Amino acid sequence: MHIDEALRKRLIQTVAETVIAHAEDLTELDQAIGDGDHGLNMRRGFEAVLADRDKIAAQSLPKALHAVGMTLVMKVGGASGPLYGTLFMQLGKSIPDEPTLADATEALAAAFGAVKMRGKSDVGAKTMLDVIAPVLAALRDGADPRGLPALADAAAAATKPMRAVRGRASFLGDRSIGHIDPGARSTALILRAICDTLGAA
Amino acid sequence: MSNVGIVIVSHSPDVAKGAADMVRQMVGEEVPLAWCGGNADGGLGTQVQDILDAIDRAWSEAGVAILVDLGGAETNSDMAIELLPEERRDRVVVCNAPVVEGAVVAATEASGGSPLAVVRATAEELSP
Repeated sequence: MHIDEALRKRLIQTVAETVIAHAEDLTELDQAIGDGDHGLNMRRGFEAVLADRDKIAAQSLPKALHAVGMTLVMKVGGASGPLYGTLFMQLGKSIPDEPTLADATEALAAAFGAVKMRGKSDVGAKTMLDVIAPVLAALRDGADPRGLPALADAAAAATKPMRAVRGRASFLGDRSIGHIDPGARSTALILRAICDTLGAA
Repeated sequence: MSNVGIVIVSHSPDVAKGAADMVRQMVGEEVPLAWCGGNADGGLGTQVQDILDAIDRAWSEAGVAILVDLGGAETNSDMAIELLPEERRDRVVVCNAPVVEGAVVAATEASGGSPLAVVRATAEELSP
């Protein structure tokens, strides 16, 4: 797929605006089981990405993804900075200039591995990995990408009965059960924004 | 100074500064020491750039041991280490230890000239 500069701009715009628009919902989820700053931190990070939109979009797809990641690392100011930063930076390292769906799938697989290492976590621990893993599995099974946003939403909702073992939520132990993980939710939101933009292109 | 440097990273600048004050009073000036904490809006949080700057201020050829409080402080410190120039990267470690006690114990060990691995191991003895 050829993702030209105009489309890169739209991708950055849509993803950033989606995160910013949901900042309060994300913060509310985080107040239940974390320290209540996920939405604020993500908003700060994506506002910085949005401010640099044109400069980032002018670069090749791999470099643009890397630049988004680096901006999040430097601006977010919470654990989600390095986690989302690592996700985007690894996508940038692994994706070619004009990726096929198979290329994008393998780049996501590499990013999944990198986030797992950065967060010292794994599937089932009530994190963003619980959304990326089923999306990756569906892509590998050759699923229609149009079904991915709904799959990601369901995967985020499925973190509700899980017990957190990483991050601040882990201090709550069993009390973390019964709430959707904010990182899983933001991952599903970002994925939907990407799919919608690419689907309309 | 050739003693291992100590960096204290807390979500709260008050906690980080307080821990650093304790290190100075209990261990003295023999150890390079820096702290950081708080997010860009003046709230609680940790920032990669602040951690990079603190590592720079506490830099020692013998390396730097970082003490952190909670989740994001550790993840951001790991990230900061990865962004260091290659020749420094292998000489900075995050200690798995409580931030206040760990800082004092690590600094005490560092003040005697112990290498980074020993400073880290001594701080980590505090963790169950």
